[in-house]
Amino acid sequence: MKEQLSWKVGGQQGEGIESTGEIFSTTLNRMGYHLYSYRHFSSRIKGGHTNNNVRISTKEVRAVSDHTNILVAFDQQTIDLNSHELVQGGIVLADSKFDPKKEEGLDIQLIPIPFTATAKELGSQLMKNMVAVGASARLMNLELQPFKDMIYTMFIRKGEQIVESNNQAILAGYNLMDEQMPNIDGDFELEPTDGESQLFLIGNDAISFGALNAGVRFMAAYPITPASEIMEYMIDNLPKLGGTVIQTEDEISAVTMAIGSNYAGARSFTSSAGPGLSLMMESIGLSGMTETPLVIVDTMRGGPSTGLPTKQEQSDLMQMIYGTHGDIPKIVLAPSDVEDAFYTTMEAFNLAEYYQVPVILLSDLQMSLGKQSSRPFDQSRVEINRGKTITEEIDNDEDYFERYSDEEDGISPRPIPGVKGGIHHVTGVEHSTVGTPNEGAENRMTQMDKRMRKLKDFAMDEPFKVHGGVESDLLIISILSVNGVVNEAAERIDADITTISLKQIHPFPAKRLKPYLDGAKDILVIEHNYSGQLHSILKMNYYGHDRMNSHVKYDGTPFKPDEIEAHINSILKIKEVM
Amino acid sequence: MATFKDFRNNIKPNWCPGCGDFSVQAAIQKACAANGLEPDELAVITGIGCSGRLSGYIKSYGFHATHGRSLPVAQGVKMANDELTVIAAGGDGDGFAIGMGHTVHALKRNIDITYIVMDNQVYGLTKGQTSPSSGKGFVTKTTPDGSKEDPIQPIRTAMASGATFVAQSVSSDIKQLTAIIQQAMDHKGFSFVNVFSPCVTYNKVNTYDWFKENLVAVEDLDDYDYTDAENAMQHVMANNGLLKGIIYHDAESKSYQENIEGYLDQPLVKRDMALEDETFDELMAAFR
Repeated sequence: MKEQLSWKVGGQQGEGIESTGEIFSTTLNRMGYHLYSYRHFSSRIKGGHTNNNVRISTKEVRAVSDHTNILVAFDQQTIDLNSHELVQGGIVLADSKFDPKKEEGLDIQLIPIPFTATAKELGSQLMKNMVAVGASARLMNLELQPFKDMIYTMFIRKGEQIVESNNQAILAGYNLMDEQMPNIDGDFELEPTDGESQLFLIGNDAISFGALNAGVRFMAAYPITPASEIMEYMIDNLPKLGGTVIQTEDEISAVTMAIGSNYAGARSFTSSAGPGLSLMMESIGLSGMTETPLVIVDTMRGGPSTGLPTKQEQSDLMQMIYGTHGDIPKIVLAPSDVEDAFYTTMEAFNLAEYYQVPVILLSDLQMSLGKQSSRPFDQSRVEINRGKTITEEIDNDEDYFERYSDEEDGISPRPIPGVKGGIHHVTGVEHSTVGTPNEGAENRMTQMDKRMRKLKDFAMDEPFKVHGGVESDLLIISILSVNGVVNEAAERIDADITTISLKQIHPFPAKRLKPYLDGAKDILVIEHNYSGQLHSILKMNYYGHDRMNSHVKYDGTPFKPDEIEAHINSILKIKEVM
Repeated sequence: MATFKDFRNNIKPNWCPGCGDFSVQAAIQKACAANGLEPDELAVITGIGCSGRLSGYIKSYGFHATHGRSLPVAQGVKMANDELTVIAAGGDGDGFAIGMGHTVHALKRNIDITYIVMDNQVYGLTKGQTSPSSGKGFVTKTTPDGSKEDPIQPIRTAMASGATFVAQSVSSDIKQLTAIIQQAMDHKGFSFVNVFSPCVTYNKVNTYDWFKENLVAVEDLDDYDYTDAENAMQHVMANNGLLKGIIYHDAESKSYQENIEGYLDQPLVKRDMALEDETFDELMAAFR
């Protein structure tokens, strides 16, 4: 029996590959297994190879696996493109419809099963997915009942008949595989779990749910991969809460509409990816200059330009930190995993309103779209904090309210429009304490200093997540989805390795990080971009450049634990020799 | 109750003496008072350009945004708090060049705000360049041989974009302009008011006298019916867009907010931010 297995289903985009993976993995999650999945897809509606890779484990997993154990193939291309990833003796369950062939010389077992033919016999070839799910369940020696329960909840609104025929399809797949079992070499049976069911969701869902729980009732956004699921989740759920989403004409409209709504006192946000963020740059400056709270989610994908729209990358860091002309206070955050994305999103809205600054919440394609198990969320861990927002009448004899008064902490009171006694002006032009344009030198200094003072000593409660001690042979720093892979690789190596998932990217938490950086014999920054952006940021904020190493990947595919393991070993080995 | 003086502040506009924008500002202040508004119930959202400075000259909540973006900001404000009266304003460059995408979509979306364009057919603040509404042959620093493009037709564009309220006037007719702005604010949906607001410094063609000679009042047209889009559009085209008055008014269509069930029950800013425990549990259960 295995503690973990990696299962992958592949075929042509648009033929139900996604739903096959969905049914299979959701059922396993309900059974109490821990899952981590990653979708390979292309920028087209139908056609082109797509696959869904699901890693199943009895323990927590935060990375794609090194190898695949079981490949379910609905076409020959799936076999050709993915067989090399299989473990020695790995299994290909292939639809006999296309007369599957394996590459000469590969040590894998090809088992043809009539997925399509069986489904047709049972009434509809759409159910070929169910036949494949049934066959997979038998191979892993899983009970069928949880799959039947899943089918019931999925299809009962379509009628008993549909439920019944899908049940038959699953059973047929199970039985077809059962006949093949004597021919199978090796162990593909999963260990049972503790049965405690986790949440199973994509990062975009966790971000969206976090936004709802932070009090967001309005969103303005423009569709883009890999961010669209956020606006779609909000569209599904906001109306129940009296809110709404506007799909705007472009990203500039989306971000400025969110600024308008935040200015008027309703927590609002937008979400996009690199190309959209590039369009939003001027408006981010407007938020910073007018001290209007703003949250933008940037789900990073491969750049530049249209780049690799459906592939993994983390190459927006520099633009997110430095983008927009002029100097503004800005916060850039990166959750360490899907569970953390929920809480960090809530914090993002609090920070935006407390400090009256733009907050950019980063994700990457792998975190945004990879569905994974997560501990259930705690509704009240992060409480809503509106800072100096004023929603009630103000006792004020003056015509204008001093919205930009020069406060010690730099944060001025912020009455929302409609509040009696709070009238003030807001402008992207340099302005006086009441918000009227003022280009005087002294006023400029006062207002710029006031704005920049807000984040001077800013540090979140938890600016990074640490595994390991202050002293280490090697300190590895990464962000977002890379952290899970780094942790898994580090655990395999017998050395004193500390890993850090940096959550507060900007302002850089230099003071808080210093003890770990000082205490490391060597430092390694691992990230998904060409130029080593995170590595550069670290170099700008810490002096120990001679101990710093950079490892990058920019081919669009996620890191696997064994790649990182090999890299860590090579660094440790070099140091030994020296 | 507030008078138009309550919408005044003591800031001296930086417009040139004789600029049309002074009268537009006065008309807005008068219309707000006449409609029974209080200054704190009004939000004026402007773009960039001479006209964009307007938000600073009216005593109310005001937001002077970036070039061309007054409309999305204004729509966001209204979506957050439906109890506010929201006016977006800017010039022809702001609304018909850099912000044209937003203009067309705001017209189509029909959120209940009023958009006033101060159209002087030239770029003034950058000191005299051609604008999208400059006439063909118009000579500026950027069109020394005369503009080679036909001008944007704001009224035709608005009607083609599905506008539910379209009006046009000239800043010298402050009485008509005030009445139009009042009706525009009363309209439940997006109201578009194009105001010819002459630039006395950089536009020596489209002057106050020029508009007096060339604008035709819709009241003077026998068969004009501003409730009939086809009729209105024919007159607009026959007169090359040079009409003044209420051009088109569709009082039947619902605003964007009215089309969302329950949205107007309570403004978003007054709703509970925290989720009910039960709602939270339901939302979380969807991920199991």
